[in-house]
Amino acid sequence: MKDPNDVILRTVTKVAVVIILTFAVNLFVSGHHNPGGGFIGGLAFVAAIVLLFLVYGIEKVRKNFPVDFKALAGAGVLISVFTGARGMLIGEPFLTQAFGYVHLPLFGRTEMATAVLFDVGVALAVIGTSLTIIMSIGDDR
Amino acid sequence: MSLNESTLIELGIGIIILIGTILGFLSAIGFIRLPDVYNRAHALSKSSTLGVLFVLLGTFLFFLLVEDYFSIKLFLGIFFVFLTSPVSSHVICRSAYRAQVPLAKESVRDDLKEVLEKV
Repeated sequence: MKDPNDVILRTVTKVAVVIILTFAVNLFVSGHHNPGGGFIGGLAFVAAIVLLFLVYGIEKVRKNFPVDFKALAGAGVLISVFTGARGMLIGEPFLTQAFGYVHLPLFGRTEMATAVLFDVGVALAVIGTSLTIIMSIGDDR
Repeated sequence: MSLNESTLIELGIGIIILIGTILGFLSAIGFIRLPDVYNRAHALSKSSTLGVLFVLLGTFLFFLLVEDYFSIKLFLGIFFVFLTSPVSSHVICRSAYRAQVPLAKESVRDDLKEVLEKV
C-alpha cells in the first residue's frame, strides 16, 4: 500500500511544533514566579517531539535530532546533584540555593538563581526518561 | 440604573462568553442527533471550535480591558485552537473513511470512493 497523502497534517505540524516548543520554554522560565517549572516544561517539550514522531516517523526525527536520550537523562540527574553539592562546598547544607542580580546586555537587570540550574537538570531528566520510554515502546526492534 | 463604561465592557464580555457556551451546547446537540460519523464531525469540529474561540476571546478581552494585562498565553491559545482543531477533525474523518465506516443511508454521492479506486 502506498504512503498516505497526509500533506495537511504535515504542514500544520510544522507550525504547531514551533508554538509548542515556544510554550515549553515559556513554562520552563516562568517556573520561579508563575505556574510552570522544569517538570511541566520538559513534558511540553516531549509533547512536541512526540508530535514530530507521529507525523514524520521515528527514524527521520532521530536522524535530524541525534541525541542519546539515556545520556541526557543521566546528565540531568548529574546537574541536579552538582547544584545541590555546591552548597556543601561553601559550608552550607546540601541543596542550599543562592540568587543574585546581574546586568545582561539585552535583558537589563536579571535575577539569576541556582534553582534554575536545578530546574535544568529536572527538565533534562524528564525529557530523557519520557523519550526513552516512548522510543523503546515505539521501536520494532 | 446607571451604566458606566466598565459595566458596559463587562456586559459585552459576558455576552461573548455566553455566545461561546451556546455554540458549544449546539454542537453537543448536533453530535447526538446527526446520523453518521462524518455529519457528527461536521457539527462538532466547526461549532465547538467557534465556541471555544469565543470563550477564549472573552477571557482575553476581560484580562486586557478590565485587568490591563495582555495575556500572550491566551492569545497563542486562540491561534493554536484555531489551527489544530479542524485538522484533528480532518484526521479523524479520514481514518474513519479508510476504516470503511459506512455513510448515512440518506447519502447520494461518494466522490472520494471513485478517486481511491483509481489510485
